[in-house]
Amino acid sequence: MSASATTPEALTAPPASALRRERPRNSVGSWPLIDRAAYVLCWAVGIGLCVAAGAIVVFMLVKGIAYVRPSLLFTSPGVGATQATSGGFLDPILGTLLLGALGILIAAPLGVAVAVWLGEYGRPAALARAVESGIEMIAGAPSVVLAIFGLLMFSRPFLAFLSQTSAGGSVFGRSFLTAGAMMSLLALPLIVGATREGLAQVPGHVREASYALGKAKITTIRKVLLPSIRRNIAGGVTLGLGRIIGDTAIVVILLGATLHLEGAGGTPGLSTLRGTGGTLTSYVKYFSPAGEGNQAQKAYAAAFVLLLMVIALNALVTRITHERRGMFERMMAWSWLPFWQSASEDSR
Amino acid sequence: MLGALSVGVLALIALMLVTVFLKAWPSFAHNGIKWFFPGGDVDQQLKAIITGPTDPAHYDYYIRAWPLIWDTIVTTGLAVIVALVVSVLAAVFVVELAPAPLRRTIDPVIQLLAAVPSVIYGLIGILVVAPWIQGYISQQRKHSVQYIVQLTGANLTTAVLILALMIVPIMVAIIVAALETVPRSWTEGSAALGVNRWRTMWRVSLRTVRPAILAATVLATGRALGEAIMLSMVAGSRAYAVNPLDGVTFLFEPVRPLAATIIAYIDGISVVPLEQTLYAMAAVLLVSCAFLSLAAWAVKQPMKKYGIRT
Repeated sequence: MSASATTPEALTAPPASALRRERPRNSVGSWPLIDRAAYVLCWAVGIGLCVAAGAIVVFMLVKGIAYVRPSLLFTSPGVGATQATSGGFLDPILGTLLLGALGILIAAPLGVAVAVWLGEYGRPAALARAVESGIEMIAGAPSVVLAIFGLLMFSRPFLAFLSQTSAGGSVFGRSFLTAGAMMSLLALPLIVGATREGLAQVPGHVREASYALGKAKITTIRKVLLPSIRRNIAGGVTLGLGRIIGDTAIVVILLGATLHLEGAGGTPGLSTLRGTGGTLTSYVKYFSPAGEGNQAQKAYAAAFVLLLMVIALNALVTRITHERRGMFERMMAWSWLPFWQSASEDSR
Repeated sequence: MLGALSVGVLALIALMLVTVFLKAWPSFAHNGIKWFFPGGDVDQQLKAIITGPTDPAHYDYYIRAWPLIWDTIVTTGLAVIVALVVSVLAAVFVVELAPAPLRRTIDPVIQLLAAVPSVIYGLIGILVVAPWIQGYISQQRKHSVQYIVQLTGANLTTAVLILALMIVPIMVAIIVAALETVPRSWTEGSAALGVNRWRTMWRVSLRTVRPAILAATVLATGRALGEAIMLSMVAGSRAYAVNPLDGVTFLFEPVRPLAATIIAYIDGISVVPLEQTLYAMAAVLLVSCAFLSLAAWAVKQPMKKYGIRT
């Protein structure tokens, strides 16, 4: 416009419609009203979601810092009815760790095996499809349904060694072993998915190079493929662990959700595994206003510790899976560099 | 060996289906199709089942589970609708509008929100959201229905809000992943035609990722359907069939979906007829979720074209 201002005919004002057209296209002000409304709505929802997320995390942190005392972490739950006498949550923390370890111990080998079979063998194709949809069904099944199925299965007399048997001869079915077994089903689809994704990313010539060196298929899988997708597997396992420690329904139904770890039988160690217990999730539920305990401070404190665990696992997943380098470089780096070094090198 | 393991997993799933249905059968058989019909107060029926005769020949199985099913449909449906609107807009915001630094913080935050245990959502729901919602229920409204149902902060609105908050991150993550795979040339072509940014997003990008939006909705529905702990904490835990004809009061009525009912009655599972009734509820849930995974599989087929993985 400034260029045309020198010519005499431009001195007369241009029509209003021409002026409007001169506005930059990209400015939101030139859009039709409905588009502008949608644009504003988009911003509002986006910012609102961020604020909600931030509010949840900050709220939990504030409440947690207000109520967590180091002593809570190291004392067992008491029997008192007030906040001062009801003790800490050592037992639930131990329960969470134990249950997570048990679940992953079962789910990791099983998940990797199933994924390798699906990705590298997968014959007959119909069976592979059936297994695939089966895994998908587990992923979609509510954990409360898995839990009461577990209760049914582990109450069978021939599985009595996994839990305790009452005087009347009925099998209790609730123990760390049975809950861990069902928890592994929660983690299984995540581990299978992550492993399969990793396997699909390995280029075909890597397998062929291994075959050309005279390695059998199973050796190739063990020595070449699995080491190269270590990060994918670790990411899947961590995700699965997060799912396990966050679940409540299986703990309530299949672990008894007691406050203490109550062993069964005489053998130390094994008695805990065969006994009932609780985790942080069931502890939070018990001490929430909806549970029998109803002591909000204890619930906030335990929820804070649980949230810290989840945040740590989440950060770990991000660190493990965000890897931008080539596969072989990754293999080499991962084998001898400590993880913080290998992770900090990739610039995001 | 590996194949045997995989078949083992498959066999376990088959075993799950068969045993749950076998266990559930007496409840279905005694009630017939009326199991799914309305009729009476479910909580009273379940209590009658618990206190019923202990002689196997005279077990009480009478249940009309429609209120529970209806509550499941209403909570899940409303939460998914709310979450769908929010997550589509939020995904557009994340992909198109958010400034780069904000964008870099949003991704991990969404991941974190998806990973927060449901019991923490339940705790926030019952300690923060429920008292807040309760402030909006007038005494007059409470008195108007006091002989039918008690209105408290734990109600349908609280349940739907928290449930929507729980499933939004899952949906946003999927839709964002899909939006990022829309070829740049398509949106640039649209921009070159003089279409503004919002219309390009609406007409080109969102239209391209429709299968992903559908898949996200299906996955979120499955999650919402199976949510038990959180709903048993914040939904009021009363088997009351909410009635949309009640006007605004509808929003403040307590609900208890199927999954939360299983949790609520789990202590009585040693009573055989109650156990069988609970397994019948589990079977209904299992079938619904199986159908949903089938639907998810079906809607994922076109997504493979775009190389989107969920």
